[in-house]
Amino acid sequence: MIKTDILIIGAGPTGLFTVFEAGLLKLKCHLIDALPQAGGQCTEIYPKKPIYDIPGFPEVLAGELVKNLMKQIEPFQPGFTLGERADTIEKLEDGSFIVTTDKGTKHHAPIVAIAGGLGSFEPRKPPITNLSDYEDKGVEYIIRDPEMYRDKNVVISGGGDSALDWSIFLTDVAKSVTLIHRRNEFRGALDSVEKVQELKNLGKIELITPAEVIGLVGTNTLEEVVIKQGAEVFNRECNHFIPLFGLSPKLGPIADWGLEIEKNAIKVDNTLDYQTNIPGIYAIGDVNTYPGKLKLILCGFHEATLMCQSAYQRIFPDKRYVMKYTTVGGVEGFDGSKKEAPKAIVKSID
Amino acid sequence: MADVKITIIDRQGLKHEVDAPTDMNMNLMEIVRSYELAPEGTIGICGGMAMCASCQCYVLSNHELPEMSYDEDLMLSEAFNVKENSRLGCQIFIKEELDGLQVELAPEV
Repeated sequence: MIKTDILIIGAGPTGLFTVFEAGLLKLKCHLIDALPQAGGQCTEIYPKKPIYDIPGFPEVLAGELVKNLMKQIEPFQPGFTLGERADTIEKLEDGSFIVTTDKGTKHHAPIVAIAGGLGSFEPRKPPITNLSDYEDKGVEYIIRDPEMYRDKNVVISGGGDSALDWSIFLTDVAKSVTLIHRRNEFRGALDSVEKVQELKNLGKIELITPAEVIGLVGTNTLEEVVIKQGAEVFNRECNHFIPLFGLSPKLGPIADWGLEIEKNAIKVDNTLDYQTNIPGIYAIGDVNTYPGKLKLILCGFHEATLMCQSAYQRIFPDKRYVMKYTTVGGVEGFDGSKKEAPKAIVKSID
Repeated sequence: MADVKITIIDRQGLKHEVDAPTDMNMNLMEIVRSYELAPEGTIGICGGMAMCASCQCYVLSNHELPEMSYDEDLMLSEAFNVKENSRLGCQIFIKEELDGLQVELAPEV
């Protein structure tokens, strides 16, 4: 069981900054995120896009912002459970919570801060009618263990980096790799596109473009895909079909935690501390809604800051505390590091 | 600058005629959100960067639209339920020449 003071669900910019504000109050944090890396949408969807409305940064790339946040929170040694989705929550008698992920990892904390953005990222599934019949029977949306494709015939569809990268990788593992895309152009990195071209020339990847998979065939497990190319429709034998069309956020299991949901977001009853209808559970950043809500990173930072003050009072109801400026108190890390303003040098003039 | 009239058929098939301002650099996805014609969190997920296709719509009228950018074209190449008249709403900025535009929102995926 992982124990912490504030369990943060969602490792996007708001979740990450929460670690800093909590750290100033000497509260420890642990973050859960369904994605395999921190940064949320900033890393997953638009790492190379510049953001212009972060105070003090005339321009910063989304990926850079995440990198900076990770550096900023480093002294507070946050824990991470990445690549796992927070699935269930249980409230204990003492008011604390146990959150369990889809992989069974348990986390215990007196405070839960949901900073889940638009939800956890789920694979986008192409609209093929019998697709779900073959899930885990030949159809996979995420490649977990490349070894399962050894000496198998694999069909991948999609036109982005993951479709290209996995096609390249699996040429060394699978018996055959076929890449199907609706266009001749690909959206991935140039060197990946060139590598696929090279592997195609060597006969290691079969490229079928512009085309799409429109049907699946097989008695128990997948045996063939139906491909449409122009007016022509034909079948292709395969053991695995891997559609890689990116990820799309879904609120997911959090919607069933007994929280008030409005407009696909968690309603917070006030903007004093962003607490939800369940005391001890807060919702901050894009995941919450209240009158006047704006889904901006800078608003998420503000919400995280107020939320941490409230969380502190909830954990230590009898302690008095006033907020300290970092220019005054510096930053004392849990790792023993201390950052503070350099002391002025006093020197008298004779 | 005057507002323009735009007809939007929502995902339930209901038709809405709305006034869209031409002076705020708004795009069609934002018009849909401002009138709450699709639930929040199901449209404009990437914020309007042509990176998610959640604002895909079918253009029903014959208006001359801004040319499709490389990014929009490639995003549509990966989207689902794409038709000949598919566009990303976030890439269609509201201008006076779009008065009378008619669009239908593509299904949510």
